[in-house]
Amino acid sequence: MQQVVQEIKNLSIGFTSKKGEQISILKNISTTINKGETVGIVGESGSGKSTLALAMMGYVKHGLFTISGECIYQSNDILKMKNRELENIRGRKIAMIPQNAGQSLTPNLKIGYQIDEALRLHTNFQKEDRDVKISELLNKVRLPSPETIAKRYPHELSGGQQQRVAVAMALAGSPDLLLLDEPTTGLDVTTQAHVLELLNFIAKDTGTSMVYVSHDLGAIAQVSDRVIVMYSGEIVLDGPVRTILKNPIHPYTYGLLKSIPKLTLSGLPNSMSGSQPQPGTIKEGCSFYDRCEFAEDKCKINSPELEFVSELNTSVRCFNHKKLHKKKDEDTKSSKKVLRKLTKNEILDISSVSISYAKQKFIEQLLNKIDDTNPTVKDINIKIDKGETLALVGESGSGKSTILKSIAGLIKAKDGIIKFDKNKILSNDLKKRDANYLRAIQLIFQNPDESLNPNHTVEEIVSQPLKLYFGLSGNELKQKIIEVLKKVRLGEFYLTRYPRQLSGGEKQRVAVARAFAAKPDIILCDEVTSALDVSVQAAVLNLLQELKVDFGTTYIFVSHDLAVVKAISDRVAVLYQGRLCEIGPSENVYKFPSHPYTEVLLGAVLEPDPDIKPKLVAEDIVEEKPPEKGCSFQGRCPRLLGQICKTDVPPWQIDENGNAIRCHIKINDLKNQQMSN
Amino acid sequence: MTLVIKQEKPKSTFSKIVEIISTMASRPSGLIGLIILVFHVTLAITSPLYAPHDYKAIDPSLMLQAPSSEYWFGTDSLGRDVFTRTILGGRTALTVTFFGSLIALLWGGALGIFCGLVGGKIDDVVMRIIDAFLSIPWILAMLLIVSLLGTSTIVLIPALGFFYGKGIVRVARAATHDVIAKDFIVSARARGHGNFSIIWNEILPNVRDAIMVEGAMRWSWMLLGFSSLSFLGFGVSPPTPDWGLMISNARGLMSFAYWAVLAPIFGLSSLIIGINLTADAFAKALGIDRSTKAPV
Repeated sequence: MQQVVQEIKNLSIGFTSKKGEQISILKNISTTINKGETVGIVGESGSGKSTLALAMMGYVKHGLFTISGECIYQSNDILKMKNRELENIRGRKIAMIPQNAGQSLTPNLKIGYQIDEALRLHTNFQKEDRDVKISELLNKVRLPSPETIAKRYPHELSGGQQQRVAVAMALAGSPDLLLLDEPTTGLDVTTQAHVLELLNFIAKDTGTSMVYVSHDLGAIAQVSDRVIVMYSGEIVLDGPVRTILKNPIHPYTYGLLKSIPKLTLSGLPNSMSGSQPQPGTIKEGCSFYDRCEFAEDKCKINSPELEFVSELNTSVRCFNHKKLHKKKDEDTKSSKKVLRKLTKNEILDISSVSISYAKQKFIEQLLNKIDDTNPTVKDINIKIDKGETLALVGESGSGKSTILKSIAGLIKAKDGIIKFDKNKILSNDLKKRDANYLRAIQLIFQNPDESLNPNHTVEEIVSQPLKLYFGLSGNELKQKIIEVLKKVRLGEFYLTRYPRQLSGGEKQRVAVARAFAAKPDIILCDEVTSALDVSVQAAVLNLLQELKVDFGTTYIFVSHDLAVVKAISDRVAVLYQGRLCEIGPSENVYKFPSHPYTEVLLGAVLEPDPDIKPKLVAEDIVEEKPPEKGCSFQGRCPRLLGQICKTDVPPWQIDENGNAIRCHIKINDLKNQQMSN
Repeated sequence: MTLVIKQEKPKSTFSKIVEIISTMASRPSGLIGLIILVFHVTLAITSPLYAPHDYKAIDPSLMLQAPSSEYWFGTDSLGRDVFTRTILGGRTALTVTFFGSLIALLWGGALGIFCGLVGGKIDDVVMRIIDAFLSIPWILAMLLIVSLLGTSTIVLIPALGFFYGKGIVRVARAATHDVIAKDFIVSARARGHGNFSIIWNEILPNVRDAIMVEGAMRWSWMLLGFSSLSFLGFGVSPPTPDWGLMISNARGLMSFAYWAVLAPIFGLSSLIIGINLTADAFAKALGIDRSTKAPV
């Protein structure tokens, strides 16, 4: 019998609506966390996963209350404890690592002091012992030179380092249970892989039970022993990680896994229809009924109970799980092939563009030029054909969004020329651009909450470009808006809605509709799916693909997610520190030989499969700014040749597949080296 | 997490106003504020119709009479009826400060949004000028203006409007800064909308509520300011009845004719409390007061 760390019995948490109804956010959650076990809680936003994690610490958000059930830690219900008693448990016995470490560390206290504070509160060490312990903890989370780190302020550390400090602080009280709320969501891919690997190591090393809360099945797959899938406040699936991810017997998990773009698949993933119901809207029947492809009449009336399937050691909340059990591996590889319609017709020519964020000196302002020998973005040369999807890939700080903004005219380029439609030069001053060129290039942003005016109805939002570019009004305008909305699969009744009344996916559709209303030639997509839930992401990607086929639009697609990029793009450009590393047809960029940076990025991608481990080939150092001379990737390159990389800018080399790689290593040597390991 | 109401009809401006007012009235403090405000405004509009006595009729034989059935609030040092003068005394104050607040709202809001939008050097210069004005005690500046240009309402309204608009500039600018970095503004810029169109379509709907609430608060402060001017003898000229002036005239005799002071004090303070409560409830009804927002 395994030792139980925490047991949750029939826990329901909810709030009272304005109408006085009691609405549950968590419904009858029962589960146990065993000693030394790592449990991943997966779900989309609004599934109640964070509420559950907070309840495990004995915390219920303001406005919510426990309807029934208990959360037992050491034979006491921590939800009923007084603050005094909780103080002895929180941090000491149960610790939490928040999502954004940068915001959870006090900005004006040194790292060492903050860890010392955690030690003072949660342990009985004396001052001298605590100093030793601080170094020990910082060593444990693999921060270089603990003494220097302890003297720094949080803002002097990178995101990954801040997250490591948060881990160190949580470990200060040597807790029995560690709760991690989306611990790697805000981090770059390579950093994320490193942090997860560290957490894995700590779990094995200390025997601490860990509970990961995440929407990212890739991250969960890497760290968890057991996975709990939540949907609409209920546990729908609970079992060992391999069973859940390889043989999901709940239709939701099945659909979710199919909707994730993977490196191993080509083309776009299948999308799931609909979205998660709002709390309180499902009165009877299965909460997944509306979206389920296996639904039967009984699912509408009866709510399924959590049922234990002993052969898989898994609990499932579905009447039809046996059907899925048999279905197994059938059509996991049947994802749609991307339709390509390539015409050799150059629409955008970016030549030697450099962009600098350096502040202009007074004289430079007068002369209207920027004097910066080491600009943020340098030497970008890309030609884009009509109807093509070009993806710009890179970690934060790689300049991918900056390039997008300069194409849109929002940032002035320092040097270089951007030509539209063969020979028309786009002015780098937005105000001097011809209205027709402004219309031709439209932007879609990352977060629809920010890109849609909260005080405008959908009708007003979509009408903006129509009024501006085509001067439409009255009935004609309305008909056109309805037509555009129809193209993004939104009905007429959305016209009067405000963004807050729409789900995340619907909001992004409105943003897409607004961009397409201008009849653009080029659409710039800035991380358009990263703020969306996985099941919605696939739907938006599919929509973009369909619209492209219909209108022959050219996309420039910026993303940090290599799997998404692989699914949608024709050509990929990899950027590091504002310099191009590699550019080529997407299927080839994902094959060897690759630029060493592409290799690092590809290695760090987390697949939702516990058997595919990320390859950590380089350190996750964060560089503040690009090197003055030589190769941009010299600081982190795992295949550094020597002095030449530090002094000379590497030449472009083109391999037989049409991949252009910028590296000093001969392309065949690169291939051999990468094939061998 | 908000609950989606499935089929929401588009609301007319009128029904929006009705909804806001009913939300305001759903709180006791808001209801009290609204009642006081409506009472004062109605009184100010209709009082000449039923004022029992002539407000400027001086009668030495009736000097400082205690409240009676004939003179409900007694009489003042010149034998004028305090009740008549009290119910008439808010008219000038309300009119001047209402239009003064409107002017403050318009220029303060417009300049604030403009500064927030353009930023840079222009913003710096304008804001430093505003800061400089803030450092001048407004009452001194007002006294200067009034002594130069007289105390007619044509002078008082724009002068008060100017001095009370400075605070609104700051609020409007801060509210604009909140929305200016949002992607929908960037999106409008990238589409090629002009500054005016961005202000009107994108910024104004998002800062309007904050500016209006600020304007409502300024109204009550301006009322106090205007009454202070009258108290000092620079507001309304006698014999026009005005609370500030009445308090000023009667305060010396407070020890034996307290009624002549208490009545205008009650009028003035109840109106200010009423406006304040209403402004608070207004802010809450618009959802600006974050502390009372629903947690989910």
